[in-house]
Amino acid sequence: MVNLLKQPRWSPYLVGAGIGVLSWVTFGLMHKALGTSTSLVSMAGAIESTVAPEHVRSNAYYTKTMLADGKFFLDWQMMLVIGLVLGAMLSAWFSRSFKVEHVPEIWAARFGPSKALRYAGAFVGGVLLLFGARLADGCTSGHAISGSLQLAVSSWVFFACFFAAGIATALLVYGKAGRRHAQG
Amino acid sequence: MLKADPNILNLFYGLLTGLVFGFLLQRATVTRFRTIVGQLLWVDHTVLRTMFTAVVVGAVGVYAMHQLWDVPLHIKSATLLANAVGGIIFGAGMAILGYCPGTGLGAIGEGSRHAIFGFIGMIVGAAIYAEAYPWISVNILPVADLGKVTLPEQTGLSPWFFIVPLIGIALIVFAILPGRRGGSEHGRSGPTPAPA
Repeated sequence: MVNLLKQPRWSPYLVGAGIGVLSWVTFGLMHKALGTSTSLVSMAGAIESTVAPEHVRSNAYYTKTMLADGKFFLDWQMMLVIGLVLGAMLSAWFSRSFKVEHVPEIWAARFGPSKALRYAGAFVGGVLLLFGARLADGCTSGHAISGSLQLAVSSWVFFACFFAAGIATALLVYGKAGRRHAQG
Repeated sequence: MLKADPNILNLFYGLLTGLVFGFLLQRATVTRFRTIVGQLLWVDHTVLRTMFTAVVVGAVGVYAMHQLWDVPLHIKSATLLANAVGGIIFGAGMAILGYCPGTGLGAIGEGSRHAIFGFIGMIVGAAIYAEAYPWISVNILPVADLGKVTLPEQTGLSPWFFIVPLIGIALIVFAILPGRRGGSEHGRSGPTPAPA
């Protein structure tokens, strides 16, 4: 048991089964489905409201996600997001796999070692990621895992589209050089 | 204006769920750029193995609980144009950032500095969507909107008609995908602890 806690890498089947069982608990005990990206909307609204509270209050999407009756800024999912960061930190600490990374190898193989360029790339990727997630009404957690396991039509459509687009974009962006580095 | 859920138990449950979720994601190494991008470049299939197992295991338990004890489902609307276009934009973003929202947050916890800029980008992306929402809700969301439907409802078949074949497909896919079964894909996992 102690040994398992220290192992830096668990079998993906063990982790997958763990996430599956975790979703039994969230559905059965908490009446919730795993998800993360809605909380990013709440964070955006909270930050915007420090400069333009009226604008946030009058926005239909912020109202729908966190201001309407029965909706909260600090809710189950926001706590999940906080816990997720801490959980990964704890896991990395137990297995001594904590690793400060500024520019990933595969990125550097294609775009060079510039930190600024990688930070800008990460930013742009993040913008697309969340815009896409909100348009689709879910991300890898809310749609691809929670939704697919419920056999939701929306989620299987999302799953197929994001995987195909992800593969196409990765091949286009990182190309042969990236692939060689990924193979390590 | 920013309210907190007065039900403390909900908040506690959320934190607990997040801790376990983050721990698991980090241990699968899907909080690493190289694992996510390696999957999209089709050289490291850790992501597919993890997700597909989660979906199959989750489906069996959740549908069993749904049928036995009326545990409610949480289905998102099949606004098919939005699901598809959103998925495409999401996939492009995931390839460039090298994380999805959950694994990106975990990556920050694990020490990835560039993931912090991805996180800032995510907040900006959410804000842009909020601004675009009035237009999108009129012009995109209603296109091919089937409502909150599942495959069993849409076809009139039992959920097990989908789940059982899904288990079979998962087993076949796991057997076909290259890489050592259940282990690291290409020996980059570091030293394996010696048996005690």
